[in-house]
Amino acid sequence: MSLSSLLLFAAETGPALPGYTFGGPWILRNAWLLPFIPAMSFLVILFFGKRLPYKGAEIGIASVAAVLALAIISNFAWFDHRDHYEAAEAEDAIGALLNEAESGAALQVLVVDGTAEEIRLATEEPAAGELFAAAEGGDDGHSSEIHPSTAVRAEATWFQSGGKEFKVGTLIDGQAVMMLFVVSFISLLVHVYSTDYVAGDRRYTHYYAFLSLFTASMLLLVISASTIQFITAWELVGVCSFALIGHWWEEKPNSDAALKAFLTNRVGDIGLLVGMIILFFAAGQTFDIVKINTMALNGEIGHNTLLVASLCLMGAVMSKSGQFVLHTWLPDAMAGPTPVSALIHAATMVVAGVYMIARLYGVFYEGLSIKDSSVNPLALVGMITLVFAGLLAFVQDDIKKVLAYSTVSQLGYMVMALGVGAWTAALFHLFTHAFFKAGLFLGAGSVAHSVHSFDMKKDMGGMRKFMPTTYKTFVICTLALVGIFPFAGFWSKDEILVGTGGWGLFGGTGGNGSYTLMLIGGILGASLTGAYMTRVIYLTFFGEFRHVAHDDHGAHDSHDAHDHLPHESGPRITIPLILLSGFALLAGLVNLPPGFITGNLESWQERFLHFYEPVSAAYFPSVAHGTPSYSLAVFSSAIGIAGVAMAYFYYFVLVDRKAKQLGESLTELPNGPTTKVGFLRAGHTLLVEKYYLDHLYTDFIAAGTKGPIARAVYWVNQNVLDATIDAVGRTSVKTGTAVYTHFDQKVVDGAVNVTGLVSSETGGELRKLQTGKIQQYAAYLFAGATVLAGVLIFVI
Amino acid sequence: MENNNEWILSVLTFAPLVGALIIMAIPKGDEVFHKGFALLVSGALLIFGGGFLLTEFDFDRADEMQFTYDTSWISVINSRYIVGIDGMALPLILLTLLVVPLCVIYSWDHFPEPHNPKAFLALILILETGMIGTFVAEDLILFFVFFEVVLLPMFFMIAVWGGEDRRYASLKFFLYTLFGSALMILAFLSLFFLAEDTAGNALRTFDIQALTEWRGANLSRSAGLLIFGGMFMGFGIKVPMFPFHTWLPDAHTQAPTVGSVILAAVLLKLGTYGFIRIAIPILPEAAVEWAPWIGLLAVIGIIYGALGCLAQTDMKRLIAFSSVSHMGFVMLGIATLTTFGINAAVFGMVAHGLITGILFFVAGSIKERYHTLEIKRLGGLLLQAPRMGWILGFATMASLGLPGLAGFWGEFPAILAAYQPANGLSEAVFRTYMVVAAVGTVLAAGYLLWLLQRTAFGEPSEEFAKDPNIHDATKFEYVAWAPMLVLIVVLGVLPNLLFKTSDPAVEKSLHPCLIAEEADLAALDCPAVFGVEVAGG
Amino acid sequence: MLLNQFLLLAGALFCIGVYGVIVRRNGVMVLMSIEMILNAVNINLVAFGAFNGTPIGSVFALFVIAVAAAEVGIGLAIVLLIYRNKKSIDFSEVDTLKG
Repeated sequence: MSLSSLLLFAAETGPALPGYTFGGPWILRNAWLLPFIPAMSFLVILFFGKRLPYKGAEIGIASVAAVLALAIISNFAWFDHRDHYEAAEAEDAIGALLNEAESGAALQVLVVDGTAEEIRLATEEPAAGELFAAAEGGDDGHSSEIHPSTAVRAEATWFQSGGKEFKVGTLIDGQAVMMLFVVSFISLLVHVYSTDYVAGDRRYTHYYAFLSLFTASMLLLVISASTIQFITAWELVGVCSFALIGHWWEEKPNSDAALKAFLTNRVGDIGLLVGMIILFFAAGQTFDIVKINTMALNGEIGHNTLLVASLCLMGAVMSKSGQFVLHTWLPDAMAGPTPVSALIHAATMVVAGVYMIARLYGVFYEGLSIKDSSVNPLALVGMITLVFAGLLAFVQDDIKKVLAYSTVSQLGYMVMALGVGAWTAALFHLFTHAFFKAGLFLGAGSVAHSVHSFDMKKDMGGMRKFMPTTYKTFVICTLALVGIFPFAGFWSKDEILVGTGGWGLFGGTGGNGSYTLMLIGGILGASLTGAYMTRVIYLTFFGEFRHVAHDDHGAHDSHDAHDHLPHESGPRITIPLILLSGFALLAGLVNLPPGFITGNLESWQERFLHFYEPVSAAYFPSVAHGTPSYSLAVFSSAIGIAGVAMAYFYYFVLVDRKAKQLGESLTELPNGPTTKVGFLRAGHTLLVEKYYLDHLYTDFIAAGTKGPIARAVYWVNQNVLDATIDAVGRTSVKTGTAVYTHFDQKVVDGAVNVTGLVSSETGGELRKLQTGKIQQYAAYLFAGATVLAGVLIFVI
Repeated sequence: MENNNEWILSVLTFAPLVGALIIMAIPKGDEVFHKGFALLVSGALLIFGGGFLLTEFDFDRADEMQFTYDTSWISVINSRYIVGIDGMALPLILLTLLVVPLCVIYSWDHFPEPHNPKAFLALILILETGMIGTFVAEDLILFFVFFEVVLLPMFFMIAVWGGEDRRYASLKFFLYTLFGSALMILAFLSLFFLAEDTAGNALRTFDIQALTEWRGANLSRSAGLLIFGGMFMGFGIKVPMFPFHTWLPDAHTQAPTVGSVILAAVLLKLGTYGFIRIAIPILPEAAVEWAPWIGLLAVIGIIYGALGCLAQTDMKRLIAFSSVSHMGFVMLGIATLTTFGINAAVFGMVAHGLITGILFFVAGSIKERYHTLEIKRLGGLLLQAPRMGWILGFATMASLGLPGLAGFWGEFPAILAAYQPANGLSEAVFRTYMVVAAVGTVLAAGYLLWLLQRTAFGEPSEEFAKDPNIHDATKFEYVAWAPMLVLIVVLGVLPNLLFKTSDPAVEKSLHPCLIAEEADLAALDCPAVFGVEVAGG
Repeated sequence: MLLNQFLLLAGALFCIGVYGVIVRRNGVMVLMSIEMILNAVNINLVAFGAFNGTPIGSVFALFVIAVAAAEVGIGLAIVLLIYRNKKSIDFSEVDTLKG
């Protein structure tokens, strides 16, 4: 561990911190290329897209395909780097850097200052390793070969202030490369899907431009090495989301939804800004994510500071990742085109909040005391979200809204997982969820494309006959979402439940603590998911087709209204669906729990954890891992299936029987329990009204600010401030008038006038002498001469 | 130092004035010639003058005054003609040099009534002299003179070419700012008479650099506070700070488009520039005592301006109120008295100049097409003039502080700086300001997107749906807008272009005690007001 | 030789002339009165010349007579013109000198 301490000192001098290197594979050092390509594609599409043969779509698809290729290469480069990056190289590199830096005295001082750190780090590191080994259960041999994960960095100066330089850069580790793959893969499928789905749209080119910009921003967010860069990307994806939700802005509800999304996110961004600012100063004026995490974990930042910062950042997570109570924008965001919903509002952007917690896990881990508590705000918010959003999904008639609430609920799982310390489980769920939820959205889009509506009750039913491929892929993705063995969702959801610790009942799951409440919430959520998804399947694909040929209000996505019966979508829509359902089926296999398959299939066990969790990196807490338990898996699956079964009984048996009796296609029992029992009806109303949150936000807060408050302020402006100024002006004028009339005109001017008057009067008298009569003049002359003579004689 | 290029600043300052005189001399009938000549003068100044400054300015010594020229001027009061620029003034001069030719280009076929290009262009050029002069002046009296020179052309521009209520607005603008100036000159004169060095010798100088080195030593506390107060009124009204802002919405609403653009882009910055060039460097101790109040007014301005925006029914008036809010961020940055905050302020000034300039340009073009700016009558701009609609969308995004565009770099670092203000300022107070300012960003998004939604989105209203008058941006508009749009992006992506320039100058302008690390404070022997006693024990 | 008688005569003539200039309305009479003033001066000049034994007084008197002749010529012409315009030579009616 002497190496670690050396690395720590190196960090103090600036060049490097433990847990990352400036070396590594070329592709990882140049990860800036990934966002750069779609950013360029955005500009090309924006300025030249309309003149291209495919209106810019080809540029978008080509660039995203290139990014996907790079992302896959990055993943393999990372696998290699993860397993074979030798510490010796790091030592050499750091040594060289240290030699370059002013070695000697500076280093000496640091050694003296940092003795305490050295000792603590030296003792802590092996402890983390042991913990890890213990968590593995010691029954498999591969823990001995694990060495610390070393992230790859590259950076450049972005700006300076007060003589300090602030960097922009890339931080590539397992988490980042995993997201790079997810984002570029889903983005590529959505690009392809959209060529059919939005074909003929008046803003087709513009749509592709923003898809490119979104992809670029999201990739930038993923590879961010500094918080300020993170904020930048965070806001940029928000703007793309705004533009794409409001894609059909001719109609007011769409632009309203876009505004709502942006503004709700802005509210959360207060937390983001404040939280990042607190961390900036707490970590000694740096935006460096690695440094912030490292300092948080080393106890160099006070606990209270971390607590406040992580609570602030949670605000941002709640808005961006749709956590209860700031989730209301996400269902409204379904006003955007369906592929956009799949990409942005299911698979990528909305998980940015989850990604941020994972990125700054050191801060959250220490700030919220995840390791030691049995309940904390993060886990609680996640749990509440997953249950409450799951309930809301029951009363939606719009298939996309059901999926939206389902997304909210699943995001709740991820946040809860991070809250209980199950980092890898959260990321793993993020990974699998991206595929099956994108698959569900695109499947819903495929149906809607064909019936020109999203309303399950009015316009769907019996779709399995018309759209077999969509039906099959949709069911596979549903099974994955519900968490049925062996679909992807089962593995990730189970891992989250394991991570909660929970009861010792299920074979001592361990984990970081005993988050019993979260375990209950998670299992409950699973059964809710099963029930509402069964409802969706029945309403959409079973029963009789309810669509009657009428006008297509509300279905913006549709452009060919000429045929009456729905039909299967084209290959550009179905192939992405098949690919996604393939992933929904298989993605879970990348992280099989070690206890699941006995025998020598070690190469399949916990590969996800192995490659993607930054084990033993200084910027990452040494989280413990729960031991999987058969009993828990069986129990939670049973509860989930029970939810499915109840909904199945209601729809497939009761409703179906009633429908056959009545000979028409029903969507619910005519006299269901919600119409009869009082408190159920009240509950139903509460759900239909979405807990009245929208009323609170729209009618009370937004309307209040926009209306009375703003008007009052403006009234004050006009009638108090401005009136004061006007009054001052008017008083000045009045004073001036008074001074003018009373003083200036009467006194000052009076004096002047008197002088004038005197002269004038005198002149008037004198002029009488001038008669024009020559004889008088002569008389004056002589009189004058006489006087002069008198003077001459008598005076002189 | 051997090649100081001392002539360049004087040429930049007075060339527009000469141009204005020549335009006056050209007979009235020859309109194209007037426009061409004004464009030639301002364009040549931008290309050659701006280019010269950029190539000859020594960015490694951005903290020092460069291109200085110092000669006696009014010897009886020892006021000298001193000009020079450092990294703080350079961005603002370049902004001025850029905005003026763009305004000339924009007004090419947009001359407001009464159509009189000769007088209009001459006024613009005189304005340019005043604005550049203010930024290069390094003598208080010289500064004051240029500061006032700006007033008259703007007064005439509003009073002659303005809207219906132009007389009221122009007079209010003129008198209000003049009132502030009166207090400001009083403050300058007090400095002249009261400044004495530690040995007790009177300085008797208006030289800003000399006074900055003096830094208010030996000045009594009350005198310092009063003098700072005088400057605060002079600069604060110009900024404008709440509650002295009421002239601004009227002036903006009534002014012709180009007048609004110049007013927003450059004139408001004269006030903030005064703070960071004169008030704070010369009187750091008084600044520390004033800063919490300035910060308070700044955050009130942020929220208040934003709420004011939400109540507006007129697009131009809304943009005007948004200036109050944005300048609040700039003033908050200044009030922190830190390098971070003041760098943010400099960035914010440039960014606000570009962004609000674009917004006013677009508003002017909308007015020209729709003959109204009443928000509820507009709508569907994106359908009728898509490119203009997108430019409006872009500008609103930039204005609400989207990262990656210029506005962010004026806003975020200012909020950030408030978390840890300069030594001697209360952290609790400023952290409260920080949170309030962060709430302001939400309101900013609210009113700007609301504006965008109601003007650009949706279908055009019936009265304008078939109006043949409504067309997309013309080539003059593109040429006038493109440089600003490009700069908004470039500065947003590469903020260091500006930060690197202003940072050394800002750092030098601040009293070392303000920005020193706590550990170094003891060695500096700071006055008590900087809070060393607290730090020391 | 005694000077007094000449001076008294001249003084009497002068006074009569002044009286005539101021009081008489007839233009011709005014001219004649002016002649009387001039002649009073002539008498003085001649008398003082003789008294002092020099011819200068007589020479001046001769000049005065010549100038007086010219003056009377012009004066009569003015009177004649006034008469032509006003059909009267009453000076009290002539006040065009008033500005």
